[in-house]
Amino acid sequence: MTDLRDHLMALVDKAVAAGEGPRLAAPHPVNDTMISHWTEAMGDRNPLYTGPEAVAPPAMIQVWSMEGLRREPAAELRRPVDDVFEALDEAGYTGVVATNCEHTYHRYLAMGEKLTSSTRLLDTVGPKRTALGEGYFVTWNVTWYSGDEPVAEMMFRLLKFRPIEKVSREPYPLTPAVNGDTRFFWDGVRQGELRIQKCGACGELRHPPGPVCPSCRSAERTHIVAGGTGTVYSYVVHHHPAVPGRETPFVVAVVELPEGVRMVGNIVQYPIEDVYVGMPVRVTYQEMDDELTLPMWVPTQEEV
Amino acid sequence: MSSLSGRTAVAGIGATEFSKESGRSELQLAAEAVFAALDDAGLSPSDVDGMVTYTQDSNDEIAVAREVGIGDLSFFSRVHYGGGAACGTVLHAAMAVATGAAEVVVCYRAFNERSGRRFGQPNARLSGEPSSQGLEMSWHVPYGLITPAAWVAMFARRYMHQYGVTSEDFGRVAVAMRRHASTNPAAWFYGRPITLAEHQASKWIVDPLHLLDCCQESDGAVALVVTTTERARDLRRSPAVIAAAAQGSGSGQMMMTSYYRDDMSGLPEMGVVGRKLWEKSGLSPSEIQTAIIYDHFTPFVLNQLEELGFCGHGEAKDFIQDGGIEIDGHLPVNPHGGQLGEAYIHGMNGIAEAVRQIRGTAVNQVAGVQNVLVTAGTGVPTSGLILSQG
Repeated sequence: MTDLRDHLMALVDKAVAAGEGPRLAAPHPVNDTMISHWTEAMGDRNPLYTGPEAVAPPAMIQVWSMEGLRREPAAELRRPVDDVFEALDEAGYTGVVATNCEHTYHRYLAMGEKLTSSTRLLDTVGPKRTALGEGYFVTWNVTWYSGDEPVAEMMFRLLKFRPIEKVSREPYPLTPAVNGDTRFFWDGVRQGELRIQKCGACGELRHPPGPVCPSCRSAERTHIVAGGTGTVYSYVVHHHPAVPGRETPFVVAVVELPEGVRMVGNIVQYPIEDVYVGMPVRVTYQEMDDELTLPMWVPTQEEV
Repeated sequence: MSSLSGRTAVAGIGATEFSKESGRSELQLAAEAVFAALDDAGLSPSDVDGMVTYTQDSNDEIAVAREVGIGDLSFFSRVHYGGGAACGTVLHAAMAVATGAAEVVVCYRAFNERSGRRFGQPNARLSGEPSSQGLEMSWHVPYGLITPAAWVAMFARRYMHQYGVTSEDFGRVAVAMRRHASTNPAAWFYGRPITLAEHQASKWIVDPLHLLDCCQESDGAVALVVTTTERARDLRRSPAVIAAAAQGSGSGQMMMTSYYRDDMSGLPEMGVVGRKLWEKSGLSPSEIQTAIIYDHFTPFVLNQLEELGFCGHGEAKDFIQDGGIEIDGHLPVNPHGGQLGEAYIHGMNGIAEAVRQIRGTAVNQVAGVQNVLVTAGTGVPTSGLILSQG
């Protein structure tokens, strides 16, 4: 880290000492077509910007020197900040967020003026800890010239940061074992469907599911999507001992579905002391981690 | 087909002390209990040619045999489904002896269930594998329905709803067991009876179950010696004859979570056991002087009394009123204090108590005992037996 900082600061010192870089020519002269588009987009109806005596809106200054989408910067036109940015990218500070931008306008620009712009690095500060990750604040100045006359300046500061590793959610510890006989159910809840196994031959519904229909011996399986309502058939309130992945107390219920099967699930979003046998509920879904979604039950609206 | 009834007997019982931290390995506990049972019977290790334990026991038969000095074995088997195996080990032993597969069979259960792996603690691995049991658990464990107390509480709530049973009714079971244990020096809760008020004031474990609805967790071991009734008569102790033994599983059976049957307020698997026991023994509930009813959680004591025919469905709350299952009641249940009071040795200590009641040597002896009914773990596929005077 110290090595990187030393290396970086040497580049910074060199770039600062180098002062202004090459003057880059704006691709187009100041023109009324571009101004018209800009004022329309910004909703700026200032009459100064229209008519035969029109001047360019000062805030448009960056527009004149913007590089196109297919930028191919020539090596000889490298700016002093480019070495610093490259070093930061290589060190993993790949994230970019602009933090400050201050414009100074020396005068209005008239139609047809051809501009050039030049950049000089002001300073680089870091490493700093930020909410986005550790990074360096890089500040530079751009001066726009008409001929040799400076017409506007901009101080620009951005944060080059090392993005915090995207941490996936803590894995939920109580995962179900899943095999070919039960996968349809878990795939279903991930898609917001509460599926009940249906025998492909005799049509019998069955939960928990299994590979062979106990009524007709068929192994041909299909499923229906449950309506999503049910009634609490029995329930418990778990207090002790602590359960991994759960905050106590919590409610687990056997829910009877109008389709004629029972399922176990949690009663959520409801005062524990108000749960009762016979309480009407409807299904909801809760993502427990990146992999697992569980069906949960909440009291139906009429009851609340 | 010849009947098993009366042909075999429990000739010896042995146990370690019951504690919360044995300080010894489970294998050592097993060996100590087996030695004690063989000594009690007046047999030596070389007499043993068969062994049976629970699939859940962590001590292989061959390991116990090595420690104890048991030589050739011509029969060994395991019984599945947690504490539901208890009386099943005796059934397997009795069948082996009756058929000549073996002559002297030792049944044992040994664990450090308190200082080692505690069954009452959540175990996320229960639903980890797509075995049939892992898949079964997977409909429950992800919702945090993961402890035995929670699985039983789900049945209990429905039972309360259906028959107007209250938490105090469950509490009366706990009070009875602790009363019995209070006068049993081998019991963990020796000298420590409880009141119904204390039961009601104990913290929630899984509502509707209070702490005092849940059996304790124990370290210890119990072993039994099964042989022919004929041979048992020549041994040191008077035989406890196996009048009947049976296993039971019901339609739609699951491991602790049979919530998908039409009726969730009973234990049909114990009904299977009960019918078999009465049929094979030729006895009826009125001929049982004391019963050892598996009491890992109080509610299932009520269900079992109903399934076994001691009373009708929904009537157990009345049956246990006014000390009905206490030592001086109409059916003394668990005179040793059960697993709520004595120790949780997965039901094996209850079988030992049944043998003592038949012998007339129990600390809380019931008068005139001719027949004792014993049950095993409930909520799971289970088992039961009837021991009789021989």
